[in-house]
Amino acid sequence: MDFSNRYILGFSLALCLICATAVSALHESVVEKQKANAILDKQINILRVAGLLDSETTPSQSEVDVMFEDVDAKVINQATGDTLHDQNPWQYNALKAAKASTSGVDASELPSGPRALAKQIQVKRLPKSLIVYEVQKPGKECLVLPIWGNGLWSLLQGFVAIDLSGNRVIGITFFSHKETAGLGGEIDNPEWKAQWPGKILFKDGAVAATVVKKGAVKDPTIQVDGIAGATITSLAVGRSVHLWLGESGYGPFLNKLQEVTP
Amino acid sequence: MELINIALKAMFVENMALAFFLGMCSFLAVSKKVDTAMGLGLAVIFVLGITVPLNNLIRHFLLQEGALEWLIGEKAEEVNLSFLSLIAYIATIAAMVQIVEMAIDKFSPALYATLGVFVPLIAVNCAILGGSLFMAQRDYTFSESVVYGISGGVGWLLAIVALAAIREKLRYSNVPASLRGLGITFITTGLMAMAFQIFGGIQL
Amino acid sequence: MKQATRQLLLDPLHLQNPITLQVLGICSALAITTTVETALLMCGALTFVLVCSNTIVSLIRNLIPGSVRIITQLAIISSLVMIADEILQAYFYSLAKELTVFVGLIVTNCIVMGRAEAFAMANPPLRSALDGLANSMGYNLVLIGVGLIRELFGTGKVLGYSIFPDGYEPNGLMVLSPGAFLIIGIFIWIQRSISPEMNEDS
Repeated sequence: MDFSNRYILGFSLALCLICATAVSALHESVVEKQKANAILDKQINILRVAGLLDSETTPSQSEVDVMFEDVDAKVINQATGDTLHDQNPWQYNALKAAKASTSGVDASELPSGPRALAKQIQVKRLPKSLIVYEVQKPGKECLVLPIWGNGLWSLLQGFVAIDLSGNRVIGITFFSHKETAGLGGEIDNPEWKAQWPGKILFKDGAVAATVVKKGAVKDPTIQVDGIAGATITSLAVGRSVHLWLGESGYGPFLNKLQEVTP
Repeated sequence: MELINIALKAMFVENMALAFFLGMCSFLAVSKKVDTAMGLGLAVIFVLGITVPLNNLIRHFLLQEGALEWLIGEKAEEVNLSFLSLIAYIATIAAMVQIVEMAIDKFSPALYATLGVFVPLIAVNCAILGGSLFMAQRDYTFSESVVYGISGGVGWLLAIVALAAIREKLRYSNVPASLRGLGITFITTGLMAMAFQIFGGIQL
Repeated sequence: MKQATRQLLLDPLHLQNPITLQVLGICSALAITTTVETALLMCGALTFVLVCSNTIVSLIRNLIPGSVRIITQLAIISSLVMIADEILQAYFYSLAKELTVFVGLIVTNCIVMGRAEAFAMANPPLRSALDGLANSMGYNLVLIGVGLIRELFGTGKVLGYSIFPDGYEPNGLMVLSPGAFLIIGIFIWIQRSISPEMNEDS
């Protein structure tokens, strides 16, 4: 069938309009719900990594709000580790802050160690202020620290929970990533995550806890076995931990913590 | 230096075809002869080289959070169109492919005769969309995205030409009847992919 | 059942299988068959998209100008996928989180585009929908088969239940993509040994 140029142009325009309007209208009508879902999911992950919630139950928003009465949050200055009282931690977005020129630093300005790590996990900018979640539930006290870095396909965003002395891992979890299901996606596997609790974070003043290639664990007090077939993703997890708990991440804050609690 | 690293990485370490297994359908279907494989590979380089930088511009000036600043100023902070990225990338790719097809047909009938049939295939070649998605995820600048697009395509071309060369030789071997054609191609590609994994440990 | 309808429904399962004969949808067949569970999720999503896109393309097939057909088909397919994704993210968040990785893979899955181009552009809506269903079933069959083998030998489990005794050393090759190539190659071998009419002349 032959169509005139005018028809083709009209058809293409109509098609673009219909498709874009349909997707945009739907997005607008559900975006608030999606955002609420994302926040709830993040909160549930904080509770899970801190050991306040098992991985099977998925509570509702109101139940989570009750549990979050035991969780405090604060924004800290990355370089000094001091608490910044003028920032609302529930609204501060470290990932977004890193991108702006006033609230973030370029990875090329970091000292050589963190700079190499940031390059490996393709973190181009780091924030000047960081969030710390303090879990105060008796017997379960810990700190939950957000970390991120790029795996094979996508940005891995997650939390590390550490004990109050700042030297032992309590858990790790990722709430957002798009790694291949079954390979890199196995970072969500409870069996893999179960390797983390108890690992020693610091040795001789440097971050020690790390992930090694599958089957290459020599020192189980600090090394986590990688995932078979997903070396890039596994190593990215280890490097994220190194970067964010090191001198350009939570390092200064954790040092301060250890001075207070000998 | 950074650009050379990106190019080498895209060609070998992160080869679209043999390390990430993108664009496999046309990779397997159009690798019977070295000539045709070369033709498709060139078309892929061309389309990747155009769409990745183009999508980079679309991302930086339209879709990203706050990207509309040049158009509506301060208010742009609140506009985030990134939910449209997938649809925008694929539309750019499909439009480019269609334009390329028409342009080749019009200006070089000889090239169209050899290349024409593969051009529509490229639109659904996931290596092309993969290129744009990787570009977005890694936050490449414009010049980086030009280099990445072209060298990603070169890597894909190398892989498909290598497979086609093996298949041309295979024609003289005594392969079991039921394994001839597609079956043995799958197995060959599997072996090639295993060999390509040696690049995996290289850090650039 | 009429002969033509039966052919329409049964051919894609074996003789005209999208993966092993039409060479469509290979990328996803490699990427998400590491476990049966992910293979099943992909199967469900693809069946939905393929049936819908085939029906819609077939409904407006007489309106689509030839020179912009590729972009039309892709626009319809990607809008469909995005709409499904948006709804899932709003109402079934945990399911959406598991499915997000597939979104890009479905849009560029050549089965969807291939069937739209080869069948839906030339056939009425009902037949196109049936064609979509049959082709996705053929695809699902291979996907689940490959997923089963890879999960069983790659991890010693199926759907999370241990099958092999504790001493089993998982075969790492199976979870890697090259393993999937070898398995699909052997699939094709078996299939064509059963039906030699599918053999290719070399």
